[in-house]
Amino acid sequence: MTEKFASSNGISCPVPLPAGDKILLGHGSGGRLSAELLQQLFLPAFTNSTLQRLDDQAVIPIAGARLAFTTDSFVVKPLFFPGGDIGSLAVYGTVNDLAMGGAKPLCLSVAFILEEGLPMETLQRVVWSCRQAAAAVGVEIVTGDTKVVEKGSCDGIFINTSGIGVVPEGVKLSSDQAKPGDRILLSGPIGEHGIAILAQREGLEFDGAVKSDSAPLHELVAAMLNFAPGIRCMRDPTRGGLSSACNEIAGRSQAGMMLEERAIPLREEVHGACELLGLDPLYVANEGKLIAIVEPGVAEQVLAAMREHTLGREAQIIGTVIDRHPGQVFLRTRLGTTRIVDMLAGDQLPRIC
Amino acid sequence: MKYLDEYRDERIVHSLVARIRAIAKRPWVLMEICGGQTHTIMRYGLDELLAGKVELVHGPGCPVCVTPVETIDKAIELALRPDTVLVSYGDMLRVPGSHTDLFHAKANGADVRVVYSPMDALKIARANPEKSVIFLAIGFETTAPANAMTAWQAKREGLTNFFLLVSHVLVPPAIQLLLRSRENRVQGFIAPGHVCTVVGYRQYEQLTADFRVPIVVGGFEPVDILEAILMLVTQLEEGAAKVENQYVRSVSQAGNMPAQEMMERVFEVSDQKWRGIGMIPQSGLRLRPEFAAHDAGRLSSIAAMCVEEPAECISAQVLQGLKKPTECPAFGKRCTPEKPLGAPMVSPEGACAAYFTYRRHGVVTFHD
Amino acid sequence: MCLAIPGKILSTHLENGVRTGRVQFGGIVRSACLDYVPEANPGDYVMVHVGFAISRVDAAEAERTYQVLESMGVLEAELADPNDPGPGETR
Repeated sequence: MTEKFASSNGISCPVPLPAGDKILLGHGSGGRLSAELLQQLFLPAFTNSTLQRLDDQAVIPIAGARLAFTTDSFVVKPLFFPGGDIGSLAVYGTVNDLAMGGAKPLCLSVAFILEEGLPMETLQRVVWSCRQAAAAVGVEIVTGDTKVVEKGSCDGIFINTSGIGVVPEGVKLSSDQAKPGDRILLSGPIGEHGIAILAQREGLEFDGAVKSDSAPLHELVAAMLNFAPGIRCMRDPTRGGLSSACNEIAGRSQAGMMLEERAIPLREEVHGACELLGLDPLYVANEGKLIAIVEPGVAEQVLAAMREHTLGREAQIIGTVIDRHPGQVFLRTRLGTTRIVDMLAGDQLPRIC
Repeated sequence: MKYLDEYRDERIVHSLVARIRAIAKRPWVLMEICGGQTHTIMRYGLDELLAGKVELVHGPGCPVCVTPVETIDKAIELALRPDTVLVSYGDMLRVPGSHTDLFHAKANGADVRVVYSPMDALKIARANPEKSVIFLAIGFETTAPANAMTAWQAKREGLTNFFLLVSHVLVPPAIQLLLRSRENRVQGFIAPGHVCTVVGYRQYEQLTADFRVPIVVGGFEPVDILEAILMLVTQLEEGAAKVENQYVRSVSQAGNMPAQEMMERVFEVSDQKWRGIGMIPQSGLRLRPEFAAHDAGRLSSIAAMCVEEPAECISAQVLQGLKKPTECPAFGKRCTPEKPLGAPMVSPEGACAAYFTYRRHGVVTFHD
Repeated sequence: MCLAIPGKILSTHLENGVRTGRVQFGGIVRSACLDYVPEANPGDYVMVHVGFAISRVDAAEAERTYQVLESMGVLEAELADPNDPGPGETR
């Protein structure tokens, strides 16, 4: 691929331009286009070994401890949906990114970008929701920022949260550690968040019993970490769904994966909505679920520990890491045949997280 | 889900496969016409289960794939006009026009919206009286009653700001074209179950009589498709050539009369260009003159464009079942769902997209 | 695109002069136009395509044909061809 370099005022900036001249919605969807943007623009621009790992959080050694640091932005539309709102999502989302690194969350920052004309009452509801969520997790929001942009420049509210946590001794989770034979564990039914959002979307309304599964996973993770050296990595399958999370780990670990369709829990309502809309639940976003790659010797114990916890009651072992076809994820269908689970190009459902 | 999940039953699937394999004394070549059926076959690996006994060739039953490039270009041109909302079914958004697609048009500022149902497009028109709301009305006969009702409602309500850009295709003329081709290898057809739900299957009786090929109307779940294949293979082994109906829970010989009546009121048969295939006479539908006021095709100066497909794209051969997607040199390399050269790679029901999504470079078999 | 899904009619009403139903698909409910299935009533299942019911599921017919399919499993063993290598071993 020939590289074109961005230039400004005749000074050449050594940042290569990704193919295509405009940002598309697909670039934010967590699928293939997002991955390309990372590889082609952001990584070359910000080269360092921590970033290269591309985990949900950065783990930085400081004064003998290991600090986890993460950031996430929330642009979900609509702002309020069954099971949550942009405020609670923003808190839980960042707490979960920290938790995926095994970190106990310590504190968060919250930065608001508000649209001129936003009703104060809406902002109050969202802020209150952030407060409730932070209290539920036991973290403090220690710093923040507010900006207001002209009407039309953002959709009501955008929120960025960044978080710091501490990774306990002996916990070393990273998505490049999956090994053949490892078991793939999933904490519960998939697709609830994405469908809950879709149900509110213009042109696609339906009455649902589907609520977003948005929830903080740090306590579930803490329970699982009792088996720490046996847990290779964890990932929360948000945008791009279970497929993206598995593909990312398979890619980073250069291992293959075989998922079992019959083992993947799915609620009847999500099943119905996906059938109606022609969606594959493997690609639909989740906000209160995690996958864990676990050494086979402790997989059953980890599963049992998960099921003791409210957020892991329906946990299942859904597959195995295999030694063939590195980087590729497969699904054994309920009929016993095999298909690949490809990375989504970009999704057609904007603003679900 | 009732009437759905039980047609994915593993035991029944395997017993049907065993029966097909037992009955077929020689290999047969069958075509499933509808893209939805292709999708099921690929997603569940039904072709793998029948390997050596039945070869499944994929047909042109993907309305997204066969929508002419000119229609996409017109839709994009209209979408970019001020005070215009272009409303479409989701799968049309990434289909390449001659230069770009609706998704990119949206990135360039066009107001493009996705709906699940054309009635939702009417809602947008009612809510935005100052804008022209144009609905990209594509599909086979399955979708024609829905699009027809939408046009009918718009006229009844006097929604002067609502228009339809129509590109409808009919299945039987395409099958006839395939059967007439000297390169045709297909010995039996699975007819599209939802098209036949609407229009019945009388039209296929003429085809079986003229060409002596068995046709079975099939549903969309693994059990449906396999049962239809069993019925076809049974006929072929007996030397029979008649129309049968597997999808009895939804299809009757006469089809859905109220739906056909509405189609008749709103549409008339016309010549239609099929992307990748060319002009097929009397194979499309257009709005009747009484609906001219809602016909986006008549909206000022959309010049007739002469469009050429990228030379590498072999969608013509794929849509006619002459080549498999994996036999295309560009497949998976220069042509992928993100950067498609042709429509069958973009539509979720296109054969190329199905292969790419579920197979990539070939059949994957695992023996543990 | 020819995606039609079976759903159960929960209730019917008129919307903008069009006979409309609240239809349940495995736990979610969406409205669908019922003008093309005048014979369908609450409790019936219909096939719904882009928000329009295009057929009423013939429950009796479905039941009858499904029984035949289920009983096939019993005969499978009898018909198996000992010379057929079966699927999955031919590549």
